Amino acid sequence: MSEQQATSKSADGANQDLLEKLKPMNLQVLVMLFAIIIIMVFFYFMTDGSYLTTRNVSNLFRQTAITGILAIGMVFVIISGEIDLSVGSMMGLLGGVAAILDVWVGLPLSLTIVFTLAAGLILGFWNGWWVAYRKVPSFIVTLAGMLAFRGILIGLTDGTTVAPTSNAMSIIGQSYLPDMFSMVLAVGVLAAYMIWQQRVRGQNTQYGIQNEAQGMAFTKYAVIAVFSLGIVLLLNDYRGVPTPVLILTALMLIGTFVATKTTFGRRVYAIGGNVEASRLSGIDVEKTKLRVYTMHGLLVGVAALILSSRLGAGSPSAGNMAELDAIAACVIGGASLAGGVGTVVGAVIGAFIMASLDNGMSMMNVPTFWQYVVKGGILLLAVWMDSATKRRA
Amino acid sequence: MANLIEMRGIVKRFGPVKALDGVDLRLEPGKILSLCGENGSGKSTLMKVLCGIYPHGDYEGQILFEGEEVKARTIKDTEKLGIAIIHQELTLIKELSILENIFLGAEISTKGLMDFPAMHKRTAELLKRVKLDVSPQTKVGDLGVGQQQLVEIAKALSKKARVLVLDEPSAPLTESETAILLDLVQELRASGVSCIYISHKLGEVKHISDDICVIRDGVHIATKPASTMTTDDIITMMVGREMKQLFPREDHDIGEVILKVGPINAWDISNPRMKKVVNASFELRKGEILGVSGLVGSGRTELMECIYGCYRGNHEGGVELNGRPLKLASAREALVQGIAMVPEDRKRNGIVPIMSVGQNITLAYLNEFANYGMLSMAKETNAIKQSIASLRVKTPGPELAIRNLSGGNQQKAILARFLLSTPDVLILDEPTRGIDVGAKYEIYRLMFQLVKKGISIIMVSSELPEVLGISDRVLVMHEGVIKGDLPNENLTQEIIMDCALSEGTAQ
Repeated sequence: MSEQQATSKSADGANQDLLEKLKPMNLQVLVMLFAIIIIMVFFYFMTDGSYLTTRNVSNLFRQTAITGILAIGMVFVIISGEIDLSVGSMMGLLGGVAAILDVWVGLPLSLTIVFTLAAGLILGFWNGWWVAYRKVPSFIVTLAGMLAFRGILIGLTDGTTVAPTSNAMSIIGQSYLPDMFSMVLAVGVLAAYMIWQQRVRGQNTQYGIQNEAQGMAFTKYAVIAVFSLGIVLLLNDYRGVPTPVLILTALMLIGTFVATKTTFGRRVYAIGGNVEASRLSGIDVEKTKLRVYTMHGLLVGVAALILSSRLGAGSPSAGNMAELDAIAACVIGGASLAGGVGTVVGAVIGAFIMASLDNGMSMMNVPTFWQYVVKGGILLLAVWMDSATKRRA
Repeated sequence: MANLIEMRGIVKRFGPVKALDGVDLRLEPGKILSLCGENGSGKSTLMKVLCGIYPHGDYEGQILFEGEEVKARTIKDTEKLGIAIIHQELTLIKELSILENIFLGAEISTKGLMDFPAMHKRTAELLKRVKLDVSPQTKVGDLGVGQQQLVEIAKALSKKARVLVLDEPSAPLTESETAILLDLVQELRASGVSCIYISHKLGEVKHISDDICVIRDGVHIATKPASTMTTDDIITMMVGREMKQLFPREDHDIGEVILKVGPINAWDISNPRMKKVVNASFELRKGEILGVSGLVGSGRTELMECIYGCYRGNHEGGVELNGRPLKLASAREALVQGIAMVPEDRKRNGIVPIMSVGQNITLAYLNEFANYGMLSMAKETNAIKQSIASLRVKTPGPELAIRNLSGGNQQKAILARFLLSTPDVLILDEPTRGIDVGAKYEIYRLMFQLVKKGISIIMVSSELPEVLGISDRVLVMHEGVIKGDLPNENLTQEIIMDCALSEGTAQ
């Protein structure tokens, strides 16, 4: 009897701890889900239902891909307490490089990808080196990059559009995965996730750490499985999962893993939380920041390939103002510009919200100037809500 | 006599936790009331209630000021009544002058133009009253901590404060600075300004208080005239048990020399011509506790930072650990080689406030829990659990953000961080600053456990009783020079002070 009491009490305690832990995160996620539902319902009625056709939902996900990938890199930069304003120009330049390699040089797709990603690494490294080792404020370094990268792009392309890209190139941004393939892949990933989680539980038991109830864990798996398979089915109902969405999903999972399960991720949070304490705890602050920017550059390269493939061209104005969309996505997703706070999933959901607004307003034929005003307003609102809830707590 | 301030049955909850549980407090006009209690006992919370930082309705109970109920919504409301709080962390803006700081937000102006002559005159008067002999135009950043505190008090007086709440004002001060502060508080009392004084230094408390109020775990224990209590009485009431001994000395073996330092020279960061450390060299033996005493600004922190490899100014000189010469390049290298340092300024250099207690603990030795950069959460959680248990960090759970812990528990968590691996040399810079008697005692006990395991400890401290109570040997620093290297046998505070202030070097 007493033993039973004791276990139920400790399980209670564990639950409470978990609740405490999830509370702030949950609130953020709930607010975002709520926002998404409002946006969906609003546009559904404003567009007489065509907003939520499988065709448009598929488009919506595809539109999320580029901003989402940029936001994944950006959120690491923001968590580390820095900023990157050069993203738009960098994506434009890398997209231009990809188009030039594809159209003018005529390289095979694989080499175009390799060279573009390598160029992304180099540009990211460049930014990071100035920020980390030369101690120039990141705002300035990346503002310089914003101007310079755009300039290089215009110089390289001579101000003209580089088109049309090859058929192979269009695979990246425009193709859809076969229905069966996505299904099998999704099931495979889910299975791998569950096996991994069960192994973690095993390790916990080995170290005498309380696990959540097995039933609870299975419920969690079930919810995740239903949700992700549901999305795959939905997308398959139109033409299948768009390739950029697959890339975004993969990068999101990897990004989340890096942020939460690696020493690198932990150190990024620590540096954003308190640089001096991190340094005195033996963290190589400069190297970590350099890595953050380099990784970010690589991700911008991925986004640039998708962009050029979708446009079928490299354009001197491509990616204009994309940095602001990416920053907005991170902030809407709960990242703090003061550093130390933010999640990859939040940033991607933020990108999805931005894409939903863009897409809905375009369908309603809202004039472009209104689209800017609305997006600006949403950004302001999101940050205000964040600081308002924090003040209360 | 009528009470100036009366707080009745104050209850303040944070979620399910009662931080204050029916506390009463009475302050008579022209008196100094000291508020004593361990860290986390609710002193600061009580003062935040008094000053309106927690608005009326956020707590239960009544606050009366001159017999009338106060329902303050903000700190501005209580400022109008004449209650001024001076926080543990100073809130002055270092880049502005004294004058600008004092009148910040309350500038004397005509139609938006600042009336500098009027403000200058008023500031000069205020500075005279707090006995600070500097120009009102001096930049606050150029003043020492003690002087900055006097500026804070002048600022409070400029707002016609009738009650000063001083939250651990003496924690960062040297003894002479503290003496100036205590004199000032007593003079202000004579001129009718009452004071609520919070401090862990019970000697001071005894010295200046009219009454002493002790709270423990959010409960009012007693308020008695200071003259009727001894410091032992106060401690017993604070911790709820009798403290036989403040310093739990234990016998331990001291081995061979393991660390040879110096000679080290270091120059000031902002003023490269000024030497902060002059030809300092010393040795440390295995399992030894070496106390480093000296006033604030004597160069002891700079010397420690040089050894740990994190000093930012110019410096030269070497360190030899176990016969191997080390480079003094970065904290990371020092940690790898086996030297760890718990920094002096916990808030700025110690904690990552928004991270959890657990993540703060594992920060320095994260690689121990990782394979190819991937963390094993189970391994990490397990180590955190053990650390929290063995250092007795009082926290509701390892997931809680560390900023929610009391100072003493934050300090224990930072200690835990550097003890996850076993360093050869552990440098503790002011390990017990601003933490309560109970936590201090536990940290001392821990230090003796560590030296018994063969770790050597360098403890920098401004508190002479602590240095004498704990160390095997004492280094005395003054103006960058190691003036004495004294075995702790029949040492007294007087000998140390003499050594610091005398000409030449004693050995």
